[in-house]
Amino acid sequence: MITNSFASVPVKEETRKKYCRFRKNGIRYIDYKDPDFLLKLVNEQGKLLPRRLTGTSLKYQRKVAQAVKRARHLALMPYVADGLR
Amino acid sequence: MNQYETVLILTPVLTEEMVREAVLKFEKVLKENGAELVHQAHWGLRKLAYPIRKKATGFYHLYEFKATGLAVDKLELELRRDERILRFLTVSLDKYAVAYNESRRRPKASKEEVNP
Repeated sequence: MITNSFASVPVKEETRKKYCRFRKNGIRYIDYKDPDFLLKLVNEQGKLLPRRLTGTSLKYQRKVAQAVKRARHLALMPYVADGLR
Repeated sequence: MNQYETVLILTPVLTEEMVREAVLKFEKVLKENGAELVHQAHWGLRKLAYPIRKKATGFYHLYEFKATGLAVDKLELELRRDERILRFLTVSLDKYAVAYNESRRRPKASKEEVNP
């Protein structure tokens, strides 16, 4: 018989399944001209958020990266920032 | 023929009249090279996210057109030569991008098409 030897039983965190927001909402094109939307995909320093946090699929993460880089080139988004949010 | 989109940033030191003139000049360059203008939009004076050539603002203008790669080369050469242009970006549009841009222009009509 296996007994639980932990001092306290590990609390099961409420886990929500991650999903790709683009796949789920049927978004096929990520617009680089819309900085307000792209702001959701970067941290407060203006860096891209990793897939492990956003749940974006690889296919769309590549498009996100492309869009953010284009927006930066056109000065719609900063390359470096502090306290974007 | 591919569909392209060019966004350009003009210096903020220009007057309204000079901006209009510059915009017309590049429209002419496009037309001379056999491009078919699909759409264009003027976003007006916008704040830049970071200074470019010590300017904090700029006039944004967008052209959407169908053209050959050669016409794009010609346009980009003119843009590079023009000192009124702070920055530009030409992007070739795939079918999703074309559909997206169209739906954005006519938000109501496209929604009906999507869910019949």
